[in-house]
Amino acid sequence: MESTAHAFKANVDHALADPNLQDSLAKLKVGFSERRRQAAERLPEFEALRDRARDIKNHTLAHLDFYLEEFERKVIGLGGHVHWAPTAADARRIIAELCQSVNARTVAKSKSMVAEEIALNEHLEALGIAPIETDLGEYIIQLRNEPPSHIIAPAVHLTKDQVADTFLKHHAKLGFDKRLTERNDLVAEARYVLRQKFLDADVGLTGANFLVAETGSSMLVTNEGNADLSNTLPRMHIVLASIEKVIPTLEDAAVLLRVLARSATGQESSAYTTLNTGPKKQEDLDGPEQYHVVLLDNGRSAVLGTEMQDILRCIRCGACMNHCPVYGAVGGHAYGWVYPGPMGAVLTPQLVGVEEASNLPNASTFCGRCESVCPVRIPLPKLMRHWREREFEKHLTPKAVRQGLAMWSFVARRPALYRRLTALANRMLALFGRADGRYRALPLASGWTRFRDFPAPQPGGTFHARWAKRKT
Amino acid sequence: MSDVMSGARAQILDGIRRSLRRGELSGEARQDVEARLASPPRGPAVARAQLAQPEKVALFCQWAETLNATVARVAAADVPGEVTAYLMRNNLAQNVAMAPSPLLEGYDWSSQKMLSIRRGRGEGSDQVSVTGAFAGIAETGTVVMASGPDHPVSLNLLPDTHVVVLRESDIVGGYEEVWVRLRSRYGKNLMPRTVNTITGPSRTGDIEQAMELGAHGPRRMHILVVRD
Repeated sequence: MESTAHAFKANVDHALADPNLQDSLAKLKVGFSERRRQAAERLPEFEALRDRARDIKNHTLAHLDFYLEEFERKVIGLGGHVHWAPTAADARRIIAELCQSVNARTVAKSKSMVAEEIALNEHLEALGIAPIETDLGEYIIQLRNEPPSHIIAPAVHLTKDQVADTFLKHHAKLGFDKRLTERNDLVAEARYVLRQKFLDADVGLTGANFLVAETGSSMLVTNEGNADLSNTLPRMHIVLASIEKVIPTLEDAAVLLRVLARSATGQESSAYTTLNTGPKKQEDLDGPEQYHVVLLDNGRSAVLGTEMQDILRCIRCGACMNHCPVYGAVGGHAYGWVYPGPMGAVLTPQLVGVEEASNLPNASTFCGRCESVCPVRIPLPKLMRHWREREFEKHLTPKAVRQGLAMWSFVARRPALYRRLTALANRMLALFGRADGRYRALPLASGWTRFRDFPAPQPGGTFHARWAKRKT
Repeated sequence: MSDVMSGARAQILDGIRRSLRRGELSGEARQDVEARLASPPRGPAVARAQLAQPEKVALFCQWAETLNATVARVAAADVPGEVTAYLMRNNLAQNVAMAPSPLLEGYDWSSQKMLSIRRGRGEGSDQVSVTGAFAGIAETGTVVMASGPDHPVSLNLLPDTHVVVLRESDIVGGYEEVWVRLRSRYGKNLMPRTVNTITGPSRTGDIEQAMELGAHGPRRMHILVVRD
């Protein structure tokens, strides 16, 4: 998809003024986040598992070439095929050629963020091949022609009523001309409409949560079962996965599975965890005749060995965005590309360029909640800070910010001046009153106070002044 | 295409090695990773996966029910009767698609005069399937299905109702014990085409983060835990 990350600030203005979005985002705090906390508390070993999950991914990244070759060897030995795609364009071409080789008219797709990253749907449509999103959230946003706003809940920005309107608009021609009001009725209608599409599809395309080098298996975690129908019914199964999805063994998968679902939705386990290994065997009664794995690099190999390497541990659970106050205020679309929230703020500049996406690593208060819930302990604030440094080095930081920082550093290096200025500012702010501890509006600060209050200084002078007073 | 492919392969692998500032793994470093692959280390032990067998069975049932499956604990002789009774309790027609497995053939289905059985893979129109299970996982109340001529994958997915017949002795503590069983059944590093581990009925949280059952797979899962 086309990035609008450069327009982050305009996107944010739009998001903050969207009442449906704000209603949907309000549910995040009591939804996924609270359930994650409860799930983590139910498993005493959860923190130890997170440490191990981090170590497994670090070990794999340090030997990534070895495990990819091992994975490839296993897949080929089973009669499957592995395709290497250095760029998004390579992956699009490979997948299109595979679809054309079986004269595919429709492709049943299971939610894949990597497919979003390479803009696969647009490419297939241009070739006359219809991609059908089968994950309920992806299906809803495909009907609405919108990008996903969350990596595990792509339609989390929508209310039930918006979904009802969307279904009425698109399903009326199929005979469903009653506007639904209950969630379970909406789910049932989508199930009915999509079932026939599964049965008719020529190709099933899925992502992968993990690729297991030991066995040559692709591992998929879903709640709906749509990925499983996609990899069982059509005669060709294509797995699209980025290179850092490989892990060594099934034992490693067990560790990662224990932290994945709990971190994502707070579930003990997702409903379906599936290992697919090669094509249908001769004696099998169902399954695809062809099994292809497309391994996408798209800039990831260049991240190895850099200060950003830790982001390659990411297992795409979405916990960082579920717990992010910025994501919680503006939603996923504001980030302007495929990956939102803290992990997106780190990954997007890597994949689309810091020039395009420099706003994203700045959209953080560094509160640290993302790092505190990350199942593989990615130091997300530190990585966002690295991007800010790179942005500054590349002179991409806006002039006003650079001048402000220059002034700040001038003052901060002169303690006497600093104390006099802060004392002055403190007295000035006091002129506006501090009755309820916050300002709804301040002269010259409307950029701040338009969306949130400015805290009033506590009575008793600056921190320095009070510290000095206490010591005597 | 193969030239292009091998060029792309080298490009990615060389890129990785350049970033890691080393060549292809060799010598001791390679032996270490090969050894890790050959005898995979387990992660931190999870206490609730390490119980004695009767407690494992009880924990399996508890989690399966918590996660929206229903469970009936029965003697082997009562399996066919429980299937028809379940269908009756839920006002379902006495028609099932059954996995052609030796395990299931071991039960006396002819005792159920009302029950009509079709053996084979799942069809889009199937209402109820009956399958065995390769294993059950106590830790999360999960059933494990291994594909093969005795267990088509489509039976796990297409019907509205999935009835699973699971022997108590096939219930293990955690995933690691399933891997041990898979390796001993299929050979080291070898797998059936598909291993489905399934925890309760199909569900989705995609509308307003509220879990709704019956997204694309079965809306109901009934597990018969069979006493040994």
